[in-house]
Amino acid sequence: GCPKRGLRSQVSAALKEGRVTPTELCQRCLALIRSTKFLNAYITVAEETALKQAEEAEERYKRGQPLGILDGIPIAVKDNFNTAGIETTCASNMLKGYISPYNATVVQKLLDQGAVLLGKTNLDEFAMGSGSTDGVFGPVRNPWSYSRQYKEKSVPKSHSEDKEFNWVITGGSSGGSAAAVSSFTCFAALGSDTGGSTRNPAAHCGVVGLKPTYGLISRHGLIPLVNSMDVPGILTRSVDDAAVLLGSLAGHDPKDSTTVQDNFKPFELPNLTDVSKLSIGIPKEYNAPGLSSEILALWSKAADLFKNAGAKVVEVSLPHTRYSIVCYHVLCTAEVASNMARFDGLEYGHRSDAKESTESMYATTRREGFNDVVRGRILSGNYFLLKQNYEKYFVKAQKVRRLIANDFVKVFRSGVDILLTPTTLSDAAPYMEFIQEDNRTRSAQDDILTQADTCAGLPAVNVPTALSERGLPVGLQFIGRSFQEKQLLTVAKWFEKQVQFPVIQLEEVKRHDNDVFHHQKSASFS
Amino acid sequence: QKVSVEVLDHLEHLALVDFRDSEGVERLQKAIQFADQLHVVNTDGVEPMDSVLEDRWCLYLREDNVTEGNCTKELLENAREKVEEYFVAPPGNIPLPKLEERDSFLQGS
Repeated sequence: GCPKRGLRSQVSAALKEGRVTPTELCQRCLALIRSTKFLNAYITVAEETALKQAEEAEERYKRGQPLGILDGIPIAVKDNFNTAGIETTCASNMLKGYISPYNATVVQKLLDQGAVLLGKTNLDEFAMGSGSTDGVFGPVRNPWSYSRQYKEKSVPKSHSEDKEFNWVITGGSSGGSAAAVSSFTCFAALGSDTGGSTRNPAAHCGVVGLKPTYGLISRHGLIPLVNSMDVPGILTRSVDDAAVLLGSLAGHDPKDSTTVQDNFKPFELPNLTDVSKLSIGIPKEYNAPGLSSEILALWSKAADLFKNAGAKVVEVSLPHTRYSIVCYHVLCTAEVASNMARFDGLEYGHRSDAKESTESMYATTRREGFNDVVRGRILSGNYFLLKQNYEKYFVKAQKVRRLIANDFVKVFRSGVDILLTPTTLSDAAPYMEFIQEDNRTRSAQDDILTQADTCAGLPAVNVPTALSERGLPVGLQFIGRSFQEKQLLTVAKWFEKQVQFPVIQLEEVKRHDNDVFHHQKSASFS
Repeated sequence: QKVSVEVLDHLEHLALVDFRDSEGVERLQKAIQFADQLHVVNTDGVEPMDSVLEDRWCLYLREDNVTEGNCTKELLENAREKVEEYFVAPPGNIPLPKLEERDSFLQGS
């Protein structure tokens, strides 16, 4: 029958048993990256180093000594993580040509376990945006734009090239990573999540997107946006795979003082059969303005699913939800203003030719290096941090942040285990429509469902749920208690099994390389 | 209220990025307007939250032992202008010109 995505022992077992070698796997992924170049998911493809890593993995498998479940598994990394010897651009002119001298901790951990780093994925410039459309290397295209499911639902047009106009966005800012996983070019990808940047594109691209609890995974080497909210994100094709990645990445890092010191024990997810002891909370404020009736219906259906299976499903209230976007806006721009100050052209990155003075060099470097979105946030942030505004805006936002976090504490204390919410307001918009609105308005609209829990630092995961009327993925989000990823993912896995989200039928890929597609389609790696 | 020209100028000096045009200024105005929504929230008696980990974790100081370093070469590699082991900067202590003199000074792209 159809291979189920949640089953363990797929590619990893195949590697162990020698049914496929790491180099074969790597080559197939590289070939697929080449044939899906039009997606623009990758900024850099590290072909040589990837093949070398694959060869080393192969040697280990031959000796019967693989490093673990990730040995030989091709992965991709969002281009705001430092990767030694490989260009790290953050999709910005400011860092074009910047070759990292070190690996981010999460990248190092993956490499230490034998993962094969295929390349760096595309994003919104400096991870600011919710479309993956605002980077200097151009927008990322959602692989589902080219799926049979989407094409069947599209109104047929007269010319054959109209598919160029109809392509939809991936969401953002980790759109490249989401597209890479969704189109089978890798088995897992790293993203980052500050206001939804992993979960949003995961929902639009039909993949699992996990944002762990703040403080669980090291941010060392992740080029920071908002130090108090950023979290490395995990994108995979199944919840089990997300748990495997989490297990290999979580834990205290002496190089990141915001990681908790508690011992983290990797876990395998049980196959939950009895949900009668579960209490699912449905936050009423997440029925936000602009939520499509389709997603509202899906959310309701999901709640019923839990209810009919015996779980307790209750409506709850997170009264400060609608202020989370404003709170985030102030805190984000303020921290961005501070974090972007490091880009002055002196030690690394772009440097302008201005020679009159240090200040003029700094100013022109930053003028040339940053796009409008980044510059806008820096200026806003500086405004909120002015002495006359500090209390009124920055401190005020910090107080509101506490109220938002307390909302969640109250709800979880009342006996609710997991919250179930939509991830996005609608399915993916066509690119031409999306760019009609400016970045900040878009982010304000789109982030509303993924924002509040980031303010509170809670773990959350997008699980692909169903296809919309347009044939595009829609996901639902589960939010859990701090550091309770095992419970969160266990419930998510149960839900994933119930909904049986369809596999993407990628026409384009089929046409180019039948063999490659066939193998990739059936495999989750764990 | 509109943001005064003095504040705009001050922001450009602080941030070392420019508004570029009226659209940039408009963007700031909208951002402020958006942020003003915070003021309807009652935060009496509420402490500002610096970190979600405030209960769980004490920022600790590690032992003052040298664990890494000697990476001068790597650190200099990405700098465009350097001399021996120095990063080279244009002369400092020259403030950016005031708004009126601006156009001729910043020959940006």
